Amino acid sequence: MVLSDFTFVGILILVAVLLPIVGLGLAWLIRPKKPNPIKQSTYECGIETIGDTWVQFKAQYYIYALVFVVFDIEAVFLLPWAVAYHQLPLYALVEAVILIAILVLALVYTWRKGALRWS
Amino acid sequence: MPTNVVQIVVFAILTLMTLGGGLGVVSSRNLFHGALFLVLSFAGVVGYYVLLDAGFLAAVQLLIYIGAIAILILFAIMLSRGLMSQRQSQRNEQWWIALLVVVLTFVVLAVVLWQVDWPVASDQALASPSVAISQLGQELLGPYVIPFEVASVLLLVALVGAVILARETET
Repeated sequence: MVLSDFTFVGILILVAVLLPIVGLGLAWLIRPKKPNPIKQSTYECGIETIGDTWVQFKAQYYIYALVFVVFDIEAVFLLPWAVAYHQLPLYALVEAVILIAILVLALVYTWRKGALRWS
Repeated sequence: MPTNVVQIVVFAILTLMTLGGGLGVVSSRNLFHGALFLVLSFAGVVGYYVLLDAGFLAAVQLLIYIGAIAILILFAIMLSRGLMSQRQSQRNEQWWIALLVVVLTFVVLAVVLWQVDWPVASDQALASPSVAISQLGQELLGPYVIPFEVASVLLLVALVGAVILARETET
């Protein structure tokens, strides 16, 4: 009863997990197994891979991720406000606008400082 | 199958996910894999919220914890020099202090769990999800408006701090 709304989500997850397992498992069962070094080499657009894959990434990715987090949380805060919009007084609208304004300030600061420009 | 059995089976799978993921976080020798285990643990908590019929909290957990915080942790690991290259032990000489704190935390949580008389939710709380979110919105912009606005200032400060730190390292 409690689960009724989420039963479809559960079925979707089940199918999503089973589909690759069945597909790959079946292929593993019936395929011929003749490995050689060339077959087992890492494939990257037909070009041989250069260097280590575990490298240090640019610090700028972090700014993008953090900007995303900030507006992710803003969306979560604004959803209850939007749902309750018709029951709320006018000052709630002002408060939400203040919230958005402060976060726009954050975006403008990041933008003006050039942190969003890829260098 | 009756609903109860299904719920117990789902709960068992979620517990396996949450605790197994947590165990993976602390035991994995590769920090990056540890962060991925953290995602698994968070996903189990999403399932708990679904079982409790708290759809909004489940969505928030999915959006914030998996979609944002776990990604941020992964990025932080990928940006750190040395953490990506070698596999390292999860232990250092301070392990016994950590153990002490962990045991104390567990005792405090266990005592709270036993002592507090957990109230069962009223019918009002079990109203339809949209009504619950609407109530949340009214509370958030009514009595709890100060935390609502302070959160945005906190986010602003976090972003400004990150921009300053990232730019200092580049120049």
